[in-house]
Amino acid sequence: MLDNKSLLIDIRDVSQTYQKASGEAGHPVLDGVSLSIRDGEIVGLLGRSGCGKSTLLRIVAGLNRPSKGEVDYLGQRIDGPADGIAMVFQSFALFPWLTVLENVEIGLRAKKVPEDESRRRALQAIDLIGLDGFESAYPKELSGGMRQRVGFARALVVHPNLLLMDEPFSALDVLTAETLRTDLLDLWVEGRMPIKSILMVTHNIEEAVLMCDRIVVLSSNPGRISAQINVDMPHPRNRLDPEFRQLVDHIYALMTKRDDPAKREGLFPGLGLGMSLPLVSTNTLAGMMEEVAAEPYNGKADLPALADTLQMEIDDLFPVAETLQLLRFAELAEGDIKLTPAGRRFAESEVDVRKRLFGDHLLAYVPLAQRIRRVLDERPSHHAPATRFREELEDYMSEDYADTTLRSVTTWGRYGELFAYDETSQSFSLENPQ
Amino acid sequence: MAARPVASPALAARALPNQWDAIALFLVFGALVLIVQGSRGMTAPLAAPVTAALSLDYANLPYYALRTTLRMFAAILCSLVFTFTYATVAAKSRRAELVLIPLLDVLQSVPVLGFLSFTVTFFLGLFPGSTLGAECAAIFAIFTGQAWNMAFSFYQSLRTVPRDLEEVSRGFQLSGWQKFWQLETPFAMPGLIWNTMMSMSGGWFFVVASEAISVGDTTIKLPGIGSYLALAIEQRRIDCVIAAVVAMAIVILLYDQIIFRPLVAFSDKFRVELTASQTEARSLVRDLFLRTRWLRQVTRAPARVLHRISLWRFEPPPAIARISTELPIPARAFDVIWLTLVAAGAAYSLWLVYSFVGADLGLADVGEAVGVTFITMIRVFLLIALASLVWVPVSIWIGLRPALAEKAQPLAQFLAAFPANVLFPVAVVGIVKLSLNPDIWLSLLIVFGTQWYIVFNVIAGATAFPNDLKEAAANFQIRGWDWWRKVILPGVFPYYVTGALTASGGSWNAAIVAEYVKWGDDTVSAHGIGAYIAKATAAGDYPRIVLGVCVMSIFVILFNRLLWRPLFAYGERKLRLS
Repeated sequence: MLDNKSLLIDIRDVSQTYQKASGEAGHPVLDGVSLSIRDGEIVGLLGRSGCGKSTLLRIVAGLNRPSKGEVDYLGQRIDGPADGIAMVFQSFALFPWLTVLENVEIGLRAKKVPEDESRRRALQAIDLIGLDGFESAYPKELSGGMRQRVGFARALVVHPNLLLMDEPFSALDVLTAETLRTDLLDLWVEGRMPIKSILMVTHNIEEAVLMCDRIVVLSSNPGRISAQINVDMPHPRNRLDPEFRQLVDHIYALMTKRDDPAKREGLFPGLGLGMSLPLVSTNTLAGMMEEVAAEPYNGKADLPALADTLQMEIDDLFPVAETLQLLRFAELAEGDIKLTPAGRRFAESEVDVRKRLFGDHLLAYVPLAQRIRRVLDERPSHHAPATRFREELEDYMSEDYADTTLRSVTTWGRYGELFAYDETSQSFSLENPQ
Repeated sequence: MAARPVASPALAARALPNQWDAIALFLVFGALVLIVQGSRGMTAPLAAPVTAALSLDYANLPYYALRTTLRMFAAILCSLVFTFTYATVAAKSRRAELVLIPLLDVLQSVPVLGFLSFTVTFFLGLFPGSTLGAECAAIFAIFTGQAWNMAFSFYQSLRTVPRDLEEVSRGFQLSGWQKFWQLETPFAMPGLIWNTMMSMSGGWFFVVASEAISVGDTTIKLPGIGSYLALAIEQRRIDCVIAAVVAMAIVILLYDQIIFRPLVAFSDKFRVELTASQTEARSLVRDLFLRTRWLRQVTRAPARVLHRISLWRFEPPPAIARISTELPIPARAFDVIWLTLVAAGAAYSLWLVYSFVGADLGLADVGEAVGVTFITMIRVFLLIALASLVWVPVSIWIGLRPALAEKAQPLAQFLAAFPANVLFPVAVVGIVKLSLNPDIWLSLLIVFGTQWYIVFNVIAGATAFPNDLKEAAANFQIRGWDWWRKVILPGVFPYYVTGALTASGGSWNAAIVAEYVKWGDDTVSAHGIGAYIAKATAAGDYPRIVLGVCVMSIFVILFNRLLWRPLFAYGERKLRLS
């Protein structure tokens, strides 16, 4: 049995559903998630956008309440922001009207820590995180990396037991992010930060492998824990280490694995017409097919390597790959992407052939495109308002998702010349603009 | 020049009036009727007309200017207090919001001088035999010209506080009081300051109008530029009118340099965009202050105290907190009770207005009021169109020449702030001398002071027009009518609508003064709702004032909802270049 003292956070069977505008419960975001966090570990929540990882982090922070299940912090139920848990935000979330020092102090001053003491502790945190000399600067004078350092100092100054990080490096450029990660890991390894554990959210597989002691992989729609991986490599870790690469490949494979290979639709949440689709431009789809068809991949590519070449993160890469799979232009398996014969033909063809091919596949494999086209064919006027389809989609998904889905299918349908869309009247038609 | 003008935030709201607007309308006018009836009941003899001894000596002008300015600041202070309470309640309570926001929208459409007619006797009754009542009435009139706009801006800001900053505040367990001063107020600051400044510019117009006013037998003259002017008009002293114009101009220039510019420069600090803005607002006075040593030392101590106060926790005792979260009755039931109360209030107000107006006036009077409002509406519409036709091309021409725009912009802002009613007598002299048709020539006065809003907004739009689009248009040799229609007009459209909307609102207000103008014993009057209200006010005919102001407000609401808001929404959706 675990030593109870070392158990920091205990998440038991947590579920969360989004509320629709009408007030009724919508589709689930998190479903039956149980997880515990102990002293002295960095735990990473890894998953794609929409898998509920940020929601889970906010539940632990006491900012959201789960619809079901409970979270304990040191044996106490969390029902609001707790002392001892502090968060670092993706967008930095600094108060632009406060100086660096004031931003760092705010958490202490709000709690009525005497001015002298809060000043002393703030300066300490600023010193620790490498912001010396910037105390009186305003956030807008700082670069992104410096701003996030303020975010860290502000969280550390309250001496939290648990530090929550919501994709803290994803708004930074590659070099800055790497420097900040390394600095943070150094402080962690040397035990200089006044914290016990870190729970971080990321969609970057390499970042997770680089930093975490344990990686929790969440599957999407609804968010469930699909795997937990312990990373035993000592810090500092080397990205080029074969063991490191192997683990990255392994996680890619885990994240592209399907429960039932025969069911392509399972890629996106919902079935048939209710399938929620990502916004992917046809140029990106075409570009990806060309890249995979060309040297050195010749029709089959390893996803991590492809992500590296294209400088894409999994949040960008997966929706593209999966849209190709939905359209039967590619197959995904075991962390690889492989073009189908149709995908190869697309990559080798001229623009008119491409458009016809794309239109055919869209009509055959995307139920919403079928529906729009059929309604337009059946109506004598060959006109249909967009709201008709939007409302139909909203039976299956939230307004935002319905909007995104309809927008993607509109773009794809325009490219494939299945139908026309007029923005002013917000209606679909079969006629081509003059 | 402060970045881009912040339009009235209410614009983004839904367009057509709904049941809440009707309820709000009834409530506003019910309350006004109550005020009138209440003050009638107070039959405290207003012994002598409340008139300060005024003289037309030029030497008195600085003192009068000071009094006028003080009135202005008293009103701003009241408006700020109102904004912080009213808008906060509306933003924090869903139930209050249902009523308060439509109410604000209606209040915004009621002509400011209409309020004045209602409230003068009420305030006089509060302080019998003292000029304090008259002061209050004047300040209240200015307040009604400022408060709604500011409250709207603040409410809108409170509703759009960035989510991540909100989460930080909750994460660090800031109390409601701390959050209000550390997060919400600073976030609302740029919009609030800009709206305060715009309201204040409009305020000079009302301060001039409200210092010398007669409602029936009650005549008020308060020491100030407005009453100096009124006296000059009475005694047909054109030299004194000119002196008043000069004094007013100096006051507005000083106000711009000492208050406006430092504040706008200060508000830049609160902008949330984390990139430093390209055009930093500058202010000589602020730079001067920042360079002083002693003065800054002196201000440091109060600043520290205020900072301390902003960090008080001010939490309600646990017992009260518990009551508010665990109501004994279910929320649904509370909703029903609340809505019933609101509906009852609205019904009572409707009855009150009906019985007050209906006692003396019949359907024919309503018909007359609607008829003259139509005339004024056509007048406002035509003149805004005319002003646009003239000023849009000129402003675009100026705006595309940065060096010129930099000089023209402050001038346009100055002209917008300058109370045009100071110049009205000059027009009357002209109309009387040349025996012109007042229905046509008085109309010009309606846009006289408000056309500048179109000018400086369009200049701002043309200045902000992206250079690459200008170059593309030149490269593809788009010229002549095509250039206007496809390049520049769509580019400045959102700015134009903002300006035209402000101008239109101001014009409705100006109509009350502009359609009925005096010079000594000569009175020139046009047909229109403005003259209708002005005459009723002069005669102390309350039922007609209520009817006139009510009809006018309804027209303004419909005019805004059916014309300006759809245009504004279209501009924001399709033509905003950003």
